[in-house]
Amino acid sequence: MTEAISSPGAATLDQQDDKTPVVEFSDVSIAFELKPVLKNISFSVEPGQTLIILGPAGCGKSVLLKLANGLLGPDSGSIRIFGHEITTMPERDLYALRAHIGMVFQESALFDSLDVEDNVAYRLHEEHIPEDEAHTRVVEALKFVELEQAIKKFPSELSGGMRRRVSIARAIISNPDLILYDSPTGGLDPITSTTIIELVMKQRDVSHTTSLLVTHRLQDAFTLATHRYDPEHGMKAIPKDAPGRGIDPGTKFLMLNECHVVFHGTTEELIHSRDPWIREFLD
Amino acid sequence: MALQSPEALLKQWILAVQDYSILCATAISALFTRPRYWADIVTQMDSIGVGSLPIIVLTGFFTGCVLALQSATALTEFGAVSMTGSLVSLSMVKELGPVLTGLMVSGRNAAGMASEIGSMKVTEQLDAMRALGTDPIRKLVAPRLFATVFMLFFLTIIADAFGIAGGALMSVTILGLNASTYLHDSYRGLVHGDIVQGLTKPVFSAFIIATVGCYCGMKTTGGTQGVGRATTQAVVISSVFIIIVDLLVTRAMIGIFGS
Repeated sequence: MTEAISSPGAATLDQQDDKTPVVEFSDVSIAFELKPVLKNISFSVEPGQTLIILGPAGCGKSVLLKLANGLLGPDSGSIRIFGHEITTMPERDLYALRAHIGMVFQESALFDSLDVEDNVAYRLHEEHIPEDEAHTRVVEALKFVELEQAIKKFPSELSGGMRRRVSIARAIISNPDLILYDSPTGGLDPITSTTIIELVMKQRDVSHTTSLLVTHRLQDAFTLATHRYDPEHGMKAIPKDAPGRGIDPGTKFLMLNECHVVFHGTTEELIHSRDPWIREFLD
Repeated sequence: MALQSPEALLKQWILAVQDYSILCATAISALFTRPRYWADIVTQMDSIGVGSLPIIVLTGFFTGCVLALQSATALTEFGAVSMTGSLVSLSMVKELGPVLTGLMVSGRNAAGMASEIGSMKVTEQLDAMRALGTDPIRKLVAPRLFATVFMLFFLTIIADAFGIAGGALMSVTILGLNASTYLHDSYRGLVHGDIVQGLTKPVFSAFIIATVGCYCGMKTTGGTQGVGRATTQAVVISSVFIIIVDLLVTRAMIGIFGS
């Protein structure tokens, strides 16, 4: 395992061996103004895995994602990303590490003063990538989210679903090794939500990127767990006779309630859980 | 709203001072290290400097006019109305030019900085910026700090010049003084220490405007209502600080130059 983190301009992170978890939380706690938000949270995410984080509103799901990206620091515990301890990492090194992490924010968080092209190319401009190459990569990322026609528009001219797609394009443009989705379907109508989930699935199945996805919509979570992206037909249910019996083996669940992890496991384990709170939540 | 204990309030205040100091130190160090955002610096110079020009010209000019009229009333009693030019130029250059320019720019730009950065904060754009590998202090605060310090210096000179010109207009048209005498008197009344004093103040005022405006913006919480609150706080705090620092700088300058 290498301890060095490449600079933002560099293309690759000196990856650890294949078995090292991409994300590893150990006993992480955080409180805001003495009110605990997360208490003794421990879990890990293996390379290529998608971890869906479920839980009622206000249980700390978004805080957990911000902790994973070093945007917040925990009060106690350890967080390792790509094998690097980030709780003690200086902010300057964190910026270099974040070059390998894409994040989709709850309300998209697009820069109002920049058009779609500049929003998507933001990271490339920061890395001083030549303008022609940046433009080509922006068009490519926008094609991925099927929004290339909106390249010159400003965020204020886009619908909620379009903003979310631009946000996904911005997160994937640098081919990150980890993507954090913070409620990517929050506040969207069911049809647009399905489009967004299809994009998340496409990224998962085409690039096999490790991801953490926060959602409070069970239907989105189970769609991800039971469907695959097919380049010809789009989103398709996984056949029951396929390995995993109709369930994507790389998709796992983490459930939070009242500051604690109440479940961490596979889709099947979740469905068959006998915990009364989980049953009530799922029903 | 629940009442807070004095201990909690004190802790909150100390924490705010600590955060503000860290922001100032980080912003200053960002000016001397790479990467620097030159395009943002130029944009801010245009917004803060060129954008504030009309209000500074008007404020300076009319303050000079009023000063000439008011001082002439008092000077007439001592038969010293010819000293109007000297009094206007001294008042404008040493005190009114720097302070009024600082207050006007504070009202316009500290509010603008707080609301712009505050809106970015509540819509998670600052977090997005950090997630995309950019330090918001380097990208947003440092350019505003540099642009404000640089432009306020020149805005103060312009305000002084227009103030003296306004005084001249009143002295010539209403008080019947000779224009040449007025201008000569204005020039003769100023010494090196006055100019240094008058041009030192805007550096401090600009630092206060930019850092307080950005700090209030970056600490915004509570949605659009919070943005409004941050904007008001930025103007109030920076205006009060400008006046307090004006007193301190004046006292220090009297200590150095003796008058």
